[in-house]
Amino acid sequence: MQAIKQSQPSGELSFARSDNSTLVVRLSGDWHLRHGLPGPDLVLKQLDTAPKPARLTFDAAGLGDWDSGLLTFLMGVSEICHTRKLPADWSPLPEGVRGLMQLAEAVPEKTGARHEAAHSSFIEQLGREAISFARSLDEFLSFLGEVTLAFARLAVGKARFRRVDLMIVIQDCGANAFGIVTLVTFLVGVILAFEGAVQLQQFGATIFVADLVGIAMTRDMGAMMAAIIMAGRTGAAFAAQLGSMKVTQEIDALTTMGISPLEFLVLPRVTALFLMIPLLCVFADCMGVAGGAFVSVTMLHTSLRSYLIETKHAITLTMFFGGLFKAAVYGIIIAVAGCLRGFQCGNSSSAVGDAATKAVVTGIVYVIVACGIFAFVFNVLGI
Amino acid sequence: MATTPSPIKSSDGKGLSVPKFPKDGPPPITVKNLTMAYGTFVLMKDVNFTVNHGDIFIIMGGSGSGKSTLLRHMLGLIEPAKGEVWYGDFNFTRGEPLEREEMLRHFGVLYQGGALWSSMTLAENVGLPLGEFTDLSEPEILEVASLKLALVGLKGFEGYYPSQISGGMQKRAGLARAIALDPEILFFDEPSAGLDPISSRLLDDLILELRDNLGATIVVVTHELASIFAIGNNSVFLDAESRTVIAQGDPKDLLAHSTDHRVQTFLTRGGEDAEKSARNHG
Ligand SMILES: Nc1ncnc2c1ncn2[C@@H]1O[C@H](COP(=O)(O)OP(=O)(O)O)[C@@H](O)[C@H]1O
Ligand SMILES: [Mg+2]
Repeated sequence: MQAIKQSQPSGELSFARSDNSTLVVRLSGDWHLRHGLPGPDLVLKQLDTAPKPARLTFDAAGLGDWDSGLLTFLMGVSEICHTRKLPADWSPLPEGVRGLMQLAEAVPEKTGARHEAAHSSFIEQLGREAISFARSLDEFLSFLGEVTLAFARLAVGKARFRRVDLMIVIQDCGANAFGIVTLVTFLVGVILAFEGAVQLQQFGATIFVADLVGIAMTRDMGAMMAAIIMAGRTGAAFAAQLGSMKVTQEIDALTTMGISPLEFLVLPRVTALFLMIPLLCVFADCMGVAGGAFVSVTMLHTSLRSYLIETKHAITLTMFFGGLFKAAVYGIIIAVAGCLRGFQCGNSSSAVGDAATKAVVTGIVYVIVACGIFAFVFNVLGI
Repeated sequence: MATTPSPIKSSDGKGLSVPKFPKDGPPPITVKNLTMAYGTFVLMKDVNFTVNHGDIFIIMGGSGSGKSTLLRHMLGLIEPAKGEVWYGDFNFTRGEPLEREEMLRHFGVLYQGGALWSSMTLAENVGLPLGEFTDLSEPEILEVASLKLALVGLKGFEGYYPSQISGGMQKRAGLARAIALDPEILFFDEPSAGLDPISSRLLDDLILELRDNLGATIVVVTHELASIFAIGNNSVFLDAESRTVIAQGDPKDLLAHSTDHRVQTFLTRGGEDAEKSARNHG
């Protein structure tokens, strides 16, 4: 009789052959979960060494204390026996162990319930990502279509939402966002002025810092910064609000009452952001110019008066309204992305967090895509 | 509460007064060959049953057997993999969206957790459907909402937000909202789960009264034995293992005559045991 001893951190596992066709798994010592587990692959190795056993049995005479650690090991062995159709004699095990094993095996595993680990090559992953991006764009566009139809119904008086909901969202994404927009856009103005000043100083043309900041802010940066702030602030909030309403079945409650969640929840949010973001954009433009003026006056010794006059010359109304138009479009994108991700939220609280994250990512990505498209179109139109 | 002469009907006649499901018409609910699935995972096959006027119809089964899912199918929140749900002579599953929406207004639903709209007070929760679907004025709506809240024992809580009241009270408020429009069909998902025994008895009494006073047909998902026998007069029993309906009929008859051991075990083991075994298998 040959015996191979495996020293294990928890309990002891050794193997013996009682005759040529039976593998005896000998369990001894204390089997405690917190001291680590011997894996069932040791048994697998034994089963593969010649002479190949046709049966499996246990020897638990030396077994001391045990807990779920032993059970986990035995479940692994049981699964091996099951897949290899190897008969096993469990009777030498203590009664408690057998009872618990029976209990654990009584529930048939739900097919398809376990997530299989995905092993895929880089190319495959790239393909998957591309497909999922295309699908998410498709979802976004069809949701945008639904929202547009809902607005059409609103226009002919067939859709309704509560005015107080609109007011609350307006307050939240308008007035309450002033602080952060002020801070960020002022700093953006400062940064632009700094970067510009370093270059322009070489030519003694520091007055053109005003042109740089003014044009950059009104054309793109004001709208863009407002959009990015709102995506992080309001887009995420929309997704979290609608997501948690989904989890608590509040959205179902609307649906089964014959009230369209799309009209009731999405319209006020999209409307509010559509109305407020241009205002924030105007404010952002001003704060950016203020940031630029701050740098020019304090460090480049330009007078405030000449800075403002230069700014006024640089900016055209077309630029200004172009910026506002962009901001309004970004607002719609962010609100729609937030609401869509909220509606798509799963049924748990962790899914709400995921939905908020996705809303921010989707919002920012599509805003930047839209920005690129605008740059192209405005260029073609010569604006 | 029993002495109030059917106050639920008193919504000024401005509510939905023409009965959608007349007593001499077809049965209000018929489920035909329904197969429910999540993706490729089939939960229940070939579910067939009919709910008659004035029934308190129990959907029972262990936890995870698909009771809530069946309810969601009946409400059109999930489309069936196969089969149809009919309300009266309207094929709800194949109906046009607008017709379905119209039909839903004749229903009241109480969700498992109450599902009150958390940004609104209790009065606003109950008042919202009234404001949407009746011509009542603002003060009238408030009056009706207070009445509905009083019916479920929440007088004086009109201005509270859902987060300011207990779970049991949220359920009752959810019930008040469900009966806001004097619906003809009521759906309850586990109305007494998580309630203390006394509140749960009171809720059962309330359900019986709603049936008698509103003339409503009621579908209740539950696994509380006490409720099943106290209020149910018809039922289906969903079995998770075989993925089919294994018994239907009056729960008391099932207890007396069913020879299926799964049904017997469910109906005879105390609520606590049934809970426990359900949890072990869920
Ligand atoms: N959204 C879902 N996606 C996939 N499976 C689900 C979903 N919801 C429920 N299930 C599955 O459907 C089964 C029945 O769920 P449910 O109808 O909630 O049971 P019950 O209400 O009878 O306790 C459960 O096994 C659950 O895993
Ligand atoms: Mg349920």
